[in-house]
Amino acid sequence: MAFAAFADTSEKKSAEPVKKSRVVILMLLPGLAYLLLFFLAPLVSLILTSFMAPDPNSMDMGQFVYSFQWQNYVTVISENWSFFVRSFGFAILATVIALIVSYPIAYFIGVYARPWPAIQAFALILVIAPFFISFLLRTLAWKQLLGDDGWVVTTLKSASLLPADGHITGTAFSVVFGLTYNFIPFMVLPIYTSLERLDMRLLEAGRDLYASPSTTFWKVTLPLSMPGVVAGTLLTFIPASGDFVNASSSFLGGPGTQMVGNQIASNFLKILDYPAASVLSVVLMAVIMVIVSVYVRRAGTEELL
Amino acid sequence: MAEVSLSSSGTELTLQGIRKEFPGFVAVDNLDLTIRAGEFFALLGPSGCGKTTTLRMIAGLEDPSAGKILLGGVDITDTKAYKRPVNTVFQSYALFPHLTIFENVAFGLRRRKVSNAKELALAALDLVQLAHVADRRPAQLSGGQQQRVALARAIVNRPALLLLDEPLGALDLKLRREMQVELKKIQADVGLTFLHVTHDQEEAMTMADTVAVMNNGHIEQMGAPESMYDLPETAFVADFLGQSNVFRGMASSANASTIEVAIPGGTTLRVPVARASAHSGDVSVGVRPEKMSIHAGAVAPQTDTNVISGGRVTDVSFTGVSSQYSIDFGPLGNVVVFEQNLKALPTVDLGDVVSVSWKVERGFGLRDHRAAVIDEASEL
Repeated sequence: MAFAAFADTSEKKSAEPVKKSRVVILMLLPGLAYLLLFFLAPLVSLILTSFMAPDPNSMDMGQFVYSFQWQNYVTVISENWSFFVRSFGFAILATVIALIVSYPIAYFIGVYARPWPAIQAFALILVIAPFFISFLLRTLAWKQLLGDDGWVVTTLKSASLLPADGHITGTAFSVVFGLTYNFIPFMVLPIYTSLERLDMRLLEAGRDLYASPSTTFWKVTLPLSMPGVVAGTLLTFIPASGDFVNASSSFLGGPGTQMVGNQIASNFLKILDYPAASVLSVVLMAVIMVIVSVYVRRAGTEELL
Repeated sequence: MAEVSLSSSGTELTLQGIRKEFPGFVAVDNLDLTIRAGEFFALLGPSGCGKTTTLRMIAGLEDPSAGKILLGGVDITDTKAYKRPVNTVFQSYALFPHLTIFENVAFGLRRRKVSNAKELALAALDLVQLAHVADRRPAQLSGGQQQRVALARAIVNRPALLLLDEPLGALDLKLRREMQVELKKIQADVGLTFLHVTHDQEEAMTMADTVAVMNNGHIEQMGAPESMYDLPETAFVADFLGQSNVFRGMASSANASTIEVAIPGGTTLRVPVARASAHSGDVSVGVRPEKMSIHAGAVAPQTDTNVISGGRVTDVSFTGVSSQYSIDFGPLGNVVVFEQNLKALPTVDLGDVVSVSWKVERGFGLRDHRAAVIDEASEL
């Protein structure tokens, strides 16, 4: 019974220091003030605006008074639900494609290139390099490349892969392409961080325990890199759902590709219908929160954290 | 153990001319080895001697540069690691941190789609007395518990051969001694062939049926622990397995039963022919410290006893049961003698001029006199 003597020595309770110090509160103050001023206050203002009613004493556009016009939600959602569907459809598609493209890149940098730190560093720079150029400029550059006069379209047309009156820009394809392109670094970096810490001896243990290389990937490597996958997909999905640049007609989108972000922008900036824009923003936030909380729970990554 | 049995008959392993080259050095050089079915075999050597590389080649985690690996007569040299009926207890344990203890143990069974995986995994956890932590994760267990999970995870598959890569290295001394006994018991219970790689000579001698001492990529000597200790063939083995006093000399004459070896200082030592691995030319005479006696002053030589005189005691350490003397013999070097404290008082004091003696039949003749390389870790 030698083992029994050592059976219950595993529970280690870390003693939490309970000392409360004024310094801690002082150090928290700037962050709390920032959150209050730039997050909580605008959020309250946004929700209040979403219930505003048109000013009965003014005929001008953009004049509203505080009210509790909850019908705003009914009308705005019924008029705009298709933009929500498109937004989340595009965002999910872009997230999935970005994940499929990014995982091998992250694996190459974090696992395969481990014996060669110079190659790792170079590949990481390649991933980050696009950030040195403005997001808008890069998206505009793609508009040029994929435009009707660009070499991509002319080549495809001459090869009869695209009909003579076909376009790339202004289509759902180009919007999803733009979203995917712009968010790939946000997907690669967290997955790389997870894989970079992967203990290769665990992969050897997998091979030793009758798991083929592909089984070892699905049962060991992928589960251990889930924190990176979850972080990367959130960093891609959340901003992509609310994106209004890629889908805008000035960039890669067209009249048929408008996302919620574009509707919010035009309601705020063109039609000056602030309550409608606010309703769209609040609903977008709420749906993202629901999707993300379900996703994080389903991914079960809390076990790894 | 529950109603499910984990026992197996084990399988014979043969290595034929195994060689492994890494860029710039040869880790394992032309190794031949046979491990009998059901045997507890220890591969013992200092770090960097090639023992872990040998184990990794058997597991299929490294490809040999040359040679063959046969398991039960079947050539598995080119078989992928995950298809070999061999499992490893890794030095780092390599438990899957994202799986529960139970899922860790069941991992290999599930990959092979064994139908009663659940019962077998629970039986294996019972065997290592850890069934009560089945739902925990590796990070919640102590080092000793993790070690036992790693063992359960390997033996649950009933491999033809179980490889143990210094599995006790990370445990403290007390726990390591307990685990040695347990591991030996489990091996006897399940009847698997065990190949245990270690740098701890005491661990190898306690546990193994056969010990192979490895040095610089080849096996120096192989045999039962008792006979290896009693009759080492090389200075490396004499020093790596326990402590030895070695006197370098030249064979001066020999008859049918005894070799006479002249050592510096005009002394002649005798060693039985049957206990010498070299019979002419360079022969070193070795003797274990506990087989020597220490005498104050000079002692007349006798035919059945070797005597060396004129040493000065430089250190006496009293350890209770015995005393350890360090004696400087000038050109012959330092000699260590252990003497049991049968008498009331130590027989000699620091600075005394003494002689040492031992029965001729207790010495051994070595074929080399290389300065031994002792891994510092083995002193732990």
